[in-house]
Amino acid sequence: MGSLWFNSDSGYFEGLIRGLRAGILKVSDYTNLCQCETLDDLKLHLQTTDYGNFLANEASPLAVSVIDEKLKEKLVSEFQHIRKQSVEPLSTFLDFISYSYMIDNVILLITGTLREKEISELLPKCHPLGMFPELKTLSIATSPAELYNSVLVDTPLAPFFMKCVSEQDLDELNIEIIRNTLYKEYLESFYELCKSLGESTLDVMGPILQFEADRRAINITINSFQTALTREDRVKLFPTIGRLYPEGLAKLADCSDSDDVARVAEYYAEYRQLFEGVGTAAGDKTLEDKFFEYEVHLNKLAFMQQFQYGVFYAYIKLKEQEMRNIVWISECIAQRHKAKIDNYIPIFE
Amino acid sequence: MSAYCTGIYGLGLATLTGLTFVGLFMMLTGWGYRFDVGQFLAETSPYMWASLGVAIAISMSVVGAAWGIFITGSSILGGGVMAPRIKTKNLISIIFCEAVAIYGIIMAIVFHNNIKGFQSHTDPYQYPGTVSVENIAAGYQIFGGGLTTGFCNLVCGVCVGIVGSGAALADAQNGSLFVKVLIIEIFGSAIGLFGIIIAIIQTQGADMGKAV
Repeated sequence: MGSLWFNSDSGYFEGLIRGLRAGILKVSDYTNLCQCETLDDLKLHLQTTDYGNFLANEASPLAVSVIDEKLKEKLVSEFQHIRKQSVEPLSTFLDFISYSYMIDNVILLITGTLREKEISELLPKCHPLGMFPELKTLSIATSPAELYNSVLVDTPLAPFFMKCVSEQDLDELNIEIIRNTLYKEYLESFYELCKSLGESTLDVMGPILQFEADRRAINITINSFQTALTREDRVKLFPTIGRLYPEGLAKLADCSDSDDVARVAEYYAEYRQLFEGVGTAAGDKTLEDKFFEYEVHLNKLAFMQQFQYGVFYAYIKLKEQEMRNIVWISECIAQRHKAKIDNYIPIFE
Repeated sequence: MSAYCTGIYGLGLATLTGLTFVGLFMMLTGWGYRFDVGQFLAETSPYMWASLGVAIAISMSVVGAAWGIFITGSSILGGGVMAPRIKTKNLISIIFCEAVAIYGIIMAIVFHNNIKGFQSHTDPYQYPGTVSVENIAAGYQIFGGGLTTGFCNLVCGVCVGIVGSGAALADAQNGSLFVKVLIIEIFGSAIGLFGIIIAIIQTQGADMGKAV
């Protein structure tokens, strides 16, 4: 039934985002980029794609950081173009996409403040999609309760912060716990939102968010092997919307090394193939690469259905992957170390 | 969407409650014999039924056409930003939706030509206050024809609209797909034609004001 009413508020944006998706770089574009010798060559090749002259005003010895910044700027301008014109429920959906970047920015600022860095040097490092006005006042907080009451209570992150306020102090370990708790609440809220937006949106976004939840659980487990994180604390950080809930998560809580994690993943068909062929040898892919590949696969499926909101999320994530690819290729070119230049993740044929 | 569903359910529930309340009230206060569905059907004027038929024919057709046009039009606008070549070709989808509204107008005019003045009965002294059977039948026939054409065109317009939206977005990605999806639209458009053919057959013998 969504197809009857969807177009009245969001039809134009769906058409626009599908047009933008057609401009995502293909394998032939990546092959051309890999053959560039310098970053100026790269800029020339990018001019023939949908990127056009986005690097036109930059000074001649290009740096990879400049390319990265300009890529982000382009994505943010496309996102804002759609966000500013949209109405409910698309505007809520787009806001939810930006919350994950807001969480990253908040944690970045808190960590930076703990290490006695100036707020003015931290703000440029924040992701532009996750900027909000109260971000600049974050440095005054010294405990989570104060952070919540004075800064975050009026921001969209307030409902996610409720569970973290009981933490005692802001120190290094607790920052990661706060980050993961915020992200868990965010994922579960996002899943509830997708449920309320109709069957086709849930059909598309459900697998994507479930995979994200499982991926976070696996990463939390692997990263906590040598740390002081207890088993109960680990369980509290796992998001519950994924396929691993509840049995997989219970098993993950008991894992003590990577082989245990691989054994847990074997119970789930999709994750078993992600853990196969993973290694640190020269020709192998890392687990993170496999996760990115699977994420790209799920995001491409989002474009198979019309009249749903998942295309907006999928486009942002695919563009992010494209940005990572271009930055990887640029780094390889800049450092003249082209051995692993083909380790980008291809998106469209 | 769920707001619309609850709205329609609420309306239906309200109507049912209203009718039940009125019926019970009349029965319990001794006026039960006046709650007479048969009398209602036999004594309402054929003009009311016929005019309702004309109204439903044109208004539901226009709702269907408008629905289809906004579904297709917004997709053409969105797709045309990054692929301007689709703009002109995809106006065909809009024309198919518009055709649905034109079917509605034609049928409304055809029905309206059947609505004529009539004497109440060929023999008003023998049957005072009654309406002759042909006139009542004509009223119902036109009402039925209007319902048929109205609802067929409503769904036809929506169908052509949704397919047209898909056609525009597919054309924006790959130009060779447009003609293939257009064939689907043509089949969808045929549904509206079925509606008006049946409506014409329904109102075939509708004859108000038959000469005495």
